Amino acid sequence: MSDATGMPSAVSEPKKRSLLADFFIRMVREKPLGTISGIIILILILVAILADVLAPYPYDEIHLVDRLQGSSSRYLLGTDQAGRDLLSRLIYGARFSLLVGLAATTVNVVVSTLIGGTSGFLGGKFDLAVQRFVDAWMAFPGLLLLLTIMSIVGRGVPQMIVVLGIAGGVAGSRVVRGAVIGIKENVYFQAAGAIGATKRRAFVQHVLPNIAAPVIIIFSINIGGVILSVASLSFLGFGLPLEIPEWGALLSREGRLYMEMAPWLAFWPGLFLTVVVYCLNMFGDAVRDLLDPRLRGSGGRLGAPAATSV
Amino acid sequence: MRAYIIRRLLLIIPTLSILSILVFFSVRFIPGDAIDIIVMRMSDSGFSPATDQINREAIAHYLGLDVPVHVQYGRWIGVLPTPDWVTGESHFKGLLQGTLGESLGGSSYTIEEELISRLPVTIELGLLSIVIGLLVALPVGIYSAIRQDTAADYAGRTAAIIGMSVPNFWLALMVMIYPAIWWGWSPPMEVIPFVEDPLGNLGMFIIPSLILGTAMSATTMRMTRTMMLEVLRHDYIRTAWSKGLKERAVVIRHAVKNALIPVVSLIGLQLPILVGGAVIMENIFALPGLGRLMVLALEERNYPMVSGVNLLFGAAVVGINLIIDLIYPYLDPRIRFS
Repeated sequence: MSDATGMPSAVSEPKKRSLLADFFIRMVREKPLGTISGIIILILILVAILADVLAPYPYDEIHLVDRLQGSSSRYLLGTDQAGRDLLSRLIYGARFSLLVGLAATTVNVVVSTLIGGTSGFLGGKFDLAVQRFVDAWMAFPGLLLLLTIMSIVGRGVPQMIVVLGIAGGVAGSRVVRGAVIGIKENVYFQAAGAIGATKRRAFVQHVLPNIAAPVIIIFSINIGGVILSVASLSFLGFGLPLEIPEWGALLSREGRLYMEMAPWLAFWPGLFLTVVVYCLNMFGDAVRDLLDPRLRGSGGRLGAPAATSV
Repeated sequence: MRAYIIRRLLLIIPTLSILSILVFFSVRFIPGDAIDIIVMRMSDSGFSPATDQINREAIAHYLGLDVPVHVQYGRWIGVLPTPDWVTGESHFKGLLQGTLGESLGGSSYTIEEELISRLPVTIELGLLSIVIGLLVALPVGIYSAIRQDTAADYAGRTAAIIGMSVPNFWLALMVMIYPAIWWGWSPPMEVIPFVEDPLGNLGMFIIPSLILGTAMSATTMRMTRTMMLEVLRHDYIRTAWSKGLKERAVVIRHAVKNALIPVVSLIGLQLPILVGGAVIMENIFALPGLGRLMVLALEERNYPMVSGVNLLFGAAVVGINLIIDLIYPYLDPRIRFS
């Protein structure tokens, strides 16, 4: 794949660390911002998992006496129109925003790999047909497609994951297809064919391991956008069910209806969303730079000129 | 060159056909719902529920939902005749004839009339956003590249990543909430036609366009910076420097001209994102455009209208990308002569 993983480095490297450990060490050394972002995301994932322990109140506990209160020692970030604690709702919201985002991005990457992998690997007429389909799919503005499908399948967590995963996966398949076509040009791939490896073996043994880097990159680059899509859909009323305190949904209902009386109801969910997506974007950029410096386009870590014009 | 243009034009045919299939079938999975809604509306206006069954069949026939789905598609496209439910005569009445079917909404306008009346709002919003986006992105991206790794470069890049991370609907809400609380100012929410009051009309669009434009500028800025950095490494730039040209001339005459070519195609690639943003902005700022229409149509399950909006946007994205691809060789002589 990249220059860094070619033969010479395997010979000159004195001791062999595991790939994962090596990756983390380089991450901390070379990408401090990405590392900090990664840690913040990790903390938020922990918060999402431990929501039951960390949240001061259950997210749907109503305190009608304390409705629409500003921040106080009892309610750190204030309360909404039913007197529900905003901080607790945000903590539970992390669960839905992050978990739906992670799950949808996973589906997204699997779909990308399936479509892009087979299309690029098989090539020919099959590739041509699949690519026209992908063209049409990508011309369809993403949010319109998501709105249309979500209005048909109805609001819900599983629907959201599948719809977002497939919609994004078709679009992302282009990158995987490009990577697979690149691999097919390599000598080792042609050698495998020459010694009589079956197509299946060539795909499993030679293509799949080598598209791991682009697939991880797609995952880390996409997840921020997927979380924003979840929030956008919920904001427009076509995302998660009404009772779920997802951040985009919080912004839309409580945030918009009571925005003059209680601006904090709109402020905090959006800030949480921004911080999470910012960290995911920073982390994604760092992962991409480390795994495949050429994709950065500005010379890369090894200073190789990015002459690959598309 | 001619071969390139012909190939590019031919590729549009399968893309548009598949797009029309996607648009049509994405809403056809639950035809029952549309009938339910019409039955509900009819019983609201005094029809007796006892005749419900008869009504349902008549409605399905009226809407053309009583024939197989591929026949429905053929009628929608206009290659199969649609029977008139009163006279029984059949006419070709579909996309190819310029009609998009019956709207299920309450209004007396046809789908085409509704789309055309709302189109200018969305076009104005989109164009203003693109212009604002470029006005922000190009100077920042170019400056960031020629001052690579300085404080200004880091500031620009950080701002771009923040711009990519802030949800535009949150930004829009903040613009509506906090100025109102602090200074008693809120963005204009009434519709002002351009011919009556051009400035008032611009005032209505400026806030949503600023939000959309700055959001779009983040990606464009990063792309501009990357392309500038790549161009600045070339030999002809070194030649320009060694000829003793001023920085202005090197950057603007030699580098920017070449760096901006790929940025043009990026605008086409960003269109689908712009459409999504327009949907959200029109809904927040109550702009009577296609995005508002889309959400209204979805809420009242007016699926023929949904198909109409989807088709219009999809075709617009395909069409604009086609135009960009066709003018590309004129911008970049390397493609023209290869």
